[in-house]
Amino acid sequence: MSKKLNRRDFIKSTTASTAGVATIASGISLTTFAVNDNPVTKEKRWGMLVDINQLSESDIDNMVNACQEENGWGNETHSTGHQKPSWIKKIKVKDRATGKIDSLPMMCQHCEQPPCVDVCPTNASMRREDGVVLVDKHLCIGCRYCMMACPYDARSFVHENLSNQKEHMPRGKGTVESCTLCVHRVDKGGVPACAEAVSGEGVIFGDLYDADSKINQTLKKIQSTQIRADLNLNTGVRYSGI
Amino acid sequence: MNIRYQQIQGRSLGFYALVAGLGVFILAALGSVYYMEHNGHFVTGMNNRIVWGLPHVFALFLIIAASGALNVASIASVFQKKLYKPLSRLSGLVALALLAGGLMVLVLDLGRPDRLIVAMTEYNFKSIFAWNIILYNGFFVIVAVYLWMMFERRMNKFSRKAGIAAFIWRLILTTGTGSIFGLLVARHAYDAMIMAPKFIAMSFSFGLAFFILILMASYKWSERPLGDVVLNRLRNLLGVFVAAVLYFVIVFHIGNIYLAENKNVAMLLFNTNSIYTNLFWYGQILLGSLVPLLLIYHPVFKGNRSVLGLASLLVLIGGIVQMYVLIIGGQAYPLEMFPGKEILEGYGELVIYQASLPEMLLGVGGVAVALIAVVFLIKFLPFLPESLADKVADPHHKA
Ligand code: SF4
Ligand code: SF4
Repeated sequence: MSKKLNRRDFIKSTTASTAGVATIASGISLTTFAVNDNPVTKEKRWGMLVDINQLSESDIDNMVNACQEENGWGNETHSTGHQKPSWIKKIKVKDRATGKIDSLPMMCQHCEQPPCVDVCPTNASMRREDGVVLVDKHLCIGCRYCMMACPYDARSFVHENLSNQKEHMPRGKGTVESCTLCVHRVDKGGVPACAEAVSGEGVIFGDLYDADSKINQTLKKIQSTQIRADLNLNTGVRYSGI
Repeated sequence: MNIRYQQIQGRSLGFYALVAGLGVFILAALGSVYYMEHNGHFVTGMNNRIVWGLPHVFALFLIIAASGALNVASIASVFQKKLYKPLSRLSGLVALALLAGGLMVLVLDLGRPDRLIVAMTEYNFKSIFAWNIILYNGFFVIVAVYLWMMFERRMNKFSRKAGIAAFIWRLILTTGTGSIFGLLVARHAYDAMIMAPKFIAMSFSFGLAFFILILMASYKWSERPLGDVVLNRLRNLLGVFVAAVLYFVIVFHIGNIYLAENKNVAMLLFNTNSIYTNLFWYGQILLGSLVPLLLIYHPVFKGNRSVLGLASLLVLIGGIVQMYVLIIGGQAYPLEMFPGKEILEGYGELVIYQASLPEMLLGVGGVAVALIAVVFLIKFLPFLPESLADKVADPHHKA
């Protein structure tokens, strides 16, 4: 079995052993990976629990910086204002009734029923079996319909030519991108860069289905919520303290 | 009486000037596309919040008008109204031309237009966008077959069936176009603004306005007789369609804000500081609906062709404004991400969109492509009756 996976295989593969039968090959080998430590299966559902009571504003800034650093966005020179990509951002909200002010990090919520995937005409926008929602940069035609459909303003369109990209995170002018939950780390047994950037328990990353995982156990104990839970998208990113 | 169809000569100076003029617009559009694709969309006014800009306004306007332009032919074939029969060929042609222009704009505004082939080969059948691609392609085929049956004497007997098929297809197509917006769960502004019947009424009105202008121009410039019977009928029809759009706008659009407590829509319509509010009231309602209705129905203007032309033009301008308010205005207001909370930082502001010159040129280029297609095809194929004088169009007519 080949241990050389192209990017599409890397994204879609279920286990290292099925990578070879991935249906369509892009033919472009962008990265070479060792065998996945963490196979992609539907037995898993990756998720994240953000406890905003434990996050200071500077923690959130660190998360944003870590994501930029890890995935190489934010150095665009021509894009201005809202044209700049933003995979994760800090949002500050004030409760209308109580006046309570909260800051929280917002990124792709990795919906189980992702509107962005439903609307994508070419299947570029897709959900891996383990719940991670990604854009296949080879299939994306840049129609931006997914951006219209996402309820969380989570996606960015690349408005200019890029240089100095990260090897593990190919991006391209004219295509859409968003938080990948750092699959390149997760598939090798790591955690997303933003989660790593926070010391303490502010962000817990893990397998929502695994009864032994910290995220699963914490969610059983504490009050948590999904943003716009009324839309029934069953997000992978959960919040507590809001 | 048998109608005789004849190509236009298309050898006059005026003809070449028209072609050259349209050609300049098309070249400008292509140049703009090269510029935008080469640099990336940062040179446009679009951004991550206003993801669809002026090109989409023009593209969807043209696509909606396209299905409406077929109406004249449908009235003849589906509803068996003889008077419209001689106009059927042109009606089909205008429909195809407008669709081609609209699709060109839509495709050339993609982030990766070079991947069009992907869009044609990879279908996500859950995506209404993918369905629209199928609907558009199908429309081309069905209308082309319909035209062929009208042209080919042997096939004439099937033309009614083809006409009915085309009519049904176009209703689905317009509904599909409307659903691009209507099915976005997260976008409140669109829940209330999109309604299939409203979209269909809009298509009737925009399509007929295009048709009237093209009909009048081609008969005038080719110096063929065009009688009042036909024009008066079309004028009345336009009046009905414009009024229907206005009716739907009032019922759904304004009525809904009370029912749905739709904050964004309310802001859109009643915040006098906002450009979209002004565009809505002055552009869409006043200029695009009330003034044309006045021009169409006021007795002073009865039978005045320039006034009918002006009314049609205003309907089109009002239509573009309407699409602008819908598409741009609908995106300008933030998503309701945290109900019950006010967003202080990081998201939530009203986004200003300033269309860039290349975007405008691309949009106008789509109109030019539609028009040049009509101009060439009526030169090379017999689309236009030699005469639409009253006694030809309506043998029972008494002058
Ligand atoms: S948050 Fe937006 S981009 Fe992410 S999965 Fe949900 S709809 Fe898609
Ligand atoms: S922009 Fe790309 S990922 Fe988004 S809907 Fe279009 S093709 Fe799919």
